[in-house]
Amino acid sequence: MKPAAFDLTLATSLDQALSVLAGEGTKLVSGGCSLGPMLNLRLARPAALVDLRRVSELRTLEGSATHLDIGAGWTHAEIEDGVVPDVTAGLMRRVAHGIAYRAVRNRGTIGGSIAHADPAADWISTMTVLGATLLIRGRSGTRACAMADFMLAAYTTTLGADEIITAIRVPVLSAGAKTGYHKVCRKTGEFAQAIGAVVVDAERGLVRVVAGAVEAPPLVLAGAGERLKAGDIAGARAAAQDEIEAVLAGHPEAFRALHQVAVDRAFSDAGLA
Amino acid sequence: MSVDQDTRDHETHPAVSGEGIGARVRRKEDARHLMGRGRFAGDIRMPGMSDVAFLRSPVAHARILSVTKPQGREGEVFTSADCADVADIITRSTIPGYKLSAHPPLARDKVRFVGDIVAMAYAPTRAEAEDICEATLFDYEELPAIVDCDSGRAPGAALLHEAWGDNLFLETSFDSGGIEEVARTAAVKVEKRFRTGRQCMHPMEGKGLVAWWDFQNDTLVVNTSTQVPHMIRAGLAETLGLPEAQIRIAPPDVGGGFGYKCLLQPEEVLVAWLAMTLKRPFRWIEDRREHLTAGANAREHEYVITAYADARGKLLALDAEVAVNVGAYSVWPFTACLEAAQAGGNLPGPYIWPHYRCKTFSVATNKPPFAPYRGVARPGVCFAMELTIDAVAAAVGREAVDVRAENLVPASAMPYLNITKKFYDSGDYPASLATAREMIGFDAIRARQQAGEKDGRRIGVGFSTYTEQSAHGTKVFASWGTPLVPGYEQATIRLNPDGSADVKAGIHTIGQGLETTLAQVASEILTLPIAQIRVTLGDTATTPFSTGAYASRGMVMAGGAVSKAAQKLAEKVKALAAHLMQCAAEQVRFEGGAIHGPTGSVTFSEIARAWYRTPEVLPDAVDTGGLEVTEGYKPDVDTGLFSYATHAALVAVDVKTGATEILDYVVVEDCGRMVNPMIVEGQAYGGVAQGIGTALFEESTYDSEGQPLASTLVDYLLPGPTELPKVRIAHTETLSPFSAHGIKGVGEGGAIAPAGAIVNAINDALKGLGATLCEIPATPERVLAALAEARRTTSGRSAA
Repeated sequence: MKPAAFDLTLATSLDQALSVLAGEGTKLVSGGCSLGPMLNLRLARPAALVDLRRVSELRTLEGSATHLDIGAGWTHAEIEDGVVPDVTAGLMRRVAHGIAYRAVRNRGTIGGSIAHADPAADWISTMTVLGATLLIRGRSGTRACAMADFMLAAYTTTLGADEIITAIRVPVLSAGAKTGYHKVCRKTGEFAQAIGAVVVDAERGLVRVVAGAVEAPPLVLAGAGERLKAGDIAGARAAAQDEIEAVLAGHPEAFRALHQVAVDRAFSDAGLA
Repeated sequence: MSVDQDTRDHETHPAVSGEGIGARVRRKEDARHLMGRGRFAGDIRMPGMSDVAFLRSPVAHARILSVTKPQGREGEVFTSADCADVADIITRSTIPGYKLSAHPPLARDKVRFVGDIVAMAYAPTRAEAEDICEATLFDYEELPAIVDCDSGRAPGAALLHEAWGDNLFLETSFDSGGIEEVARTAAVKVEKRFRTGRQCMHPMEGKGLVAWWDFQNDTLVVNTSTQVPHMIRAGLAETLGLPEAQIRIAPPDVGGGFGYKCLLQPEEVLVAWLAMTLKRPFRWIEDRREHLTAGANAREHEYVITAYADARGKLLALDAEVAVNVGAYSVWPFTACLEAAQAGGNLPGPYIWPHYRCKTFSVATNKPPFAPYRGVARPGVCFAMELTIDAVAAAVGREAVDVRAENLVPASAMPYLNITKKFYDSGDYPASLATAREMIGFDAIRARQQAGEKDGRRIGVGFSTYTEQSAHGTKVFASWGTPLVPGYEQATIRLNPDGSADVKAGIHTIGQGLETTLAQVASEILTLPIAQIRVTLGDTATTPFSTGAYASRGMVMAGGAVSKAAQKLAEKVKALAAHLMQCAAEQVRFEGGAIHGPTGSVTFSEIARAWYRTPEVLPDAVDTGGLEVTEGYKPDVDTGLFSYATHAALVAVDVKTGATEILDYVVVEDCGRMVNPMIVEGQAYGGVAQGIGTALFEESTYDSEGQPLASTLVDYLLPGPTELPKVRIAHTETLSPFSAHGIKGVGEGGAIAPAGAIVNAINDALKGLGATLCEIPATPERVLAALAEARRTTSGRSAA
């Protein structure tokens, strides 16, 4: 199938993109990895598209000792390859390497993935476990939004129709940080059926356990996090199982079991045995 | 996957000289494909060409109330009323009791599956043609949808074809007699139900065609992606009412077929009709969604099998019921019952037992028409039979591989006429199983299972042995009642004035390497290098008639025809050479691309030069037939040549996620004389990859209303490179006594055995847990469900 007709603007600046975005029925496109098929299937029928790939302001890297602001337009492949420096003890490079296929990684961008907010997407869970912050620009100015507050439901976020994610502020993890990530999927390159993610960085005070791909925003498993902070690894693993059982009680048993496996294996992956 | 250097020459080949039969030469066709210079339907551009799109039914079963064209675009949209001169696609069969389905290429009165064509539109681009389809209104009254065999056969079920009175294309039964007696006395009785998922074929290139009117020849030209150009010509002549002489099928490169492209598609008829009617070029390129939802359906079977055996697992009798969900219409020309006929006939496979009863039901449902997919019914029957063997072995408490070996047709019985009158021409089936057992390391695996896996997964090993009836001949197809029965296959060969050769055959190349292997056969006879032999295939204007590329028949039939034509040409060349060298024809021999006599030699180009350019040197009594020969061929038996193989799989099952990983995979195959071992291995790799899809991934699911749920490749999973193991292949070459050069077919075999081997391996891995899978694909969900069921059963028992 081929898309219904739409107007296309190849924006070269944020200001231009924002001004076009003000038009009725206008949507942003970056890598187009999710939107492209939706257009072809005519499930998405925007009147106009603003292509962000030529906007150099989305391809910046600005850092400090505590964080790195990664421009929203960097591709998964550039993160995988280390073109974007990794400040997360290897977690982001590893996650990027596991996203879909290389052909998708060559086009798909971190900002586009987060804005799309597919619950099964890797960056959604990864940025949640890292406690990242999104930098968002609208015509009225710039705002910052914690990843944990950004996603409201599947494919639904606080991003306004006239706003653009410009960068993702990622914390710089310390050398001793431990990270674990495990996703269950049918085959290489498929979206996850379950994601587990764990970060322990005592020096930075960042200890977090996340269950992702839950058809909703990722679950931050607070009880597991507390135990982990206290150094009780076995207790944290057990707490994670219980929290998933409780929070996902409305889902089938097999669904819960897969998420329990994913989180448990993320602990193992982080070396937290 | 990669070629295993250690095992690929497991069996020694006879010494191969040059590039003839048996040479592992590189494929002539690869250069253009690797450089992206192939010419597929989608590559063709013609001035004034329009793209065609179809408005397809959004519901599975409905009465058509109206189709309203968008205002101002009436001339670009067509409904069945506009194409009254197009005949329905009706596949006649000579089998008694077979019910005919009339498939109007554009639906009339009723739609019978989601994707049935309601209207057709054309425009300068596909997107614009789709816009017109979108603006065309389809009004209908929905009818109850039949999606599975049980509901289709239930009393009072909604009828797809009202005049039938039921939903059965055909019901057959076979009974050798004696089952009741065995049932009373057999030591072991095993009853199993098996299901195989509905699949799509997914050649890399979907269906596609360009049709145009050639004013110079006053001919309809159709560049269609097909396996069977000469049959499509006949089919279009029947549906369009044109004489065959006025239709030329000139197929471009074809990016895989697998059976989907051996059918006359309604889209093919309609696009050809547009070109015939409007005398302009039209193109339709099937997209993946159309492929997934409207075409290429295959594989959905249900089995109820009762096996009787003695206390050691020797089979005494088999009682089977097979239901095939064949969809809404019969495909043309293979009928809606080829699948069930093959299922019933091939279920015994490589095994011997004395009593057999089998009923088959070909059930019409509101799904796309069922098409013959690589292996046809055999992946299903092999799966059912191989799991039955393992179940019998479990019932008698023996290793399945031992029970399997004792039930196979022994080499000493060859040639063997089996219980369904299949004539197994040659082979040593137990030897292939024994080799597979050794290669997979069966004893070491049993020891490893005792030790357990570090990562907590459970490993298992499974086997699957099959026969592949290749190039089944005239009588076999006649017994299936198909309207176009293959007979003798012809090929043309011509020695050109410069000493090069042209080979022409009506079969088409669809990726199986015929441009190379047919040249190798000609080279075997003439000793010319294959670079000097140009193979032209498929174009109905330039090649002899052939029913085409299907049923693993290409190498046997076209190969045999090229061999015979080359031998006839060789006689003519020898006669001329004998004259030029002043010796007797019997003293002349070919070697190294030249013709040698007792005292000297001449080249092919010298012979050709004498014939074409200096005929004054030839004797008066020369054979005026010249250096161009068309010869026909049929094997000495009409019942097919039986290739065979054993596949063995080692898998690891993660009982927490249900995921299966294939750790090792072995193929021990015998397809008679291998014309090019590298191409044989390619066929095995590709077939195994598709078989792994059947075993673990691929399924066209439908909801209870007949809506397809797998309409993109997100929901229909194909195995990718990381899901495929390194396949280790061993060959044996048992030459058929009944075919030219001892060749047997090999195109389908790889796809037949994987589901049996892999699911047997999964069940071996799970056996300590009481879980057994009987349905494919063996998805993680099904593995977890089987484990949960086993837990429920176990706890139920302990509670009791």
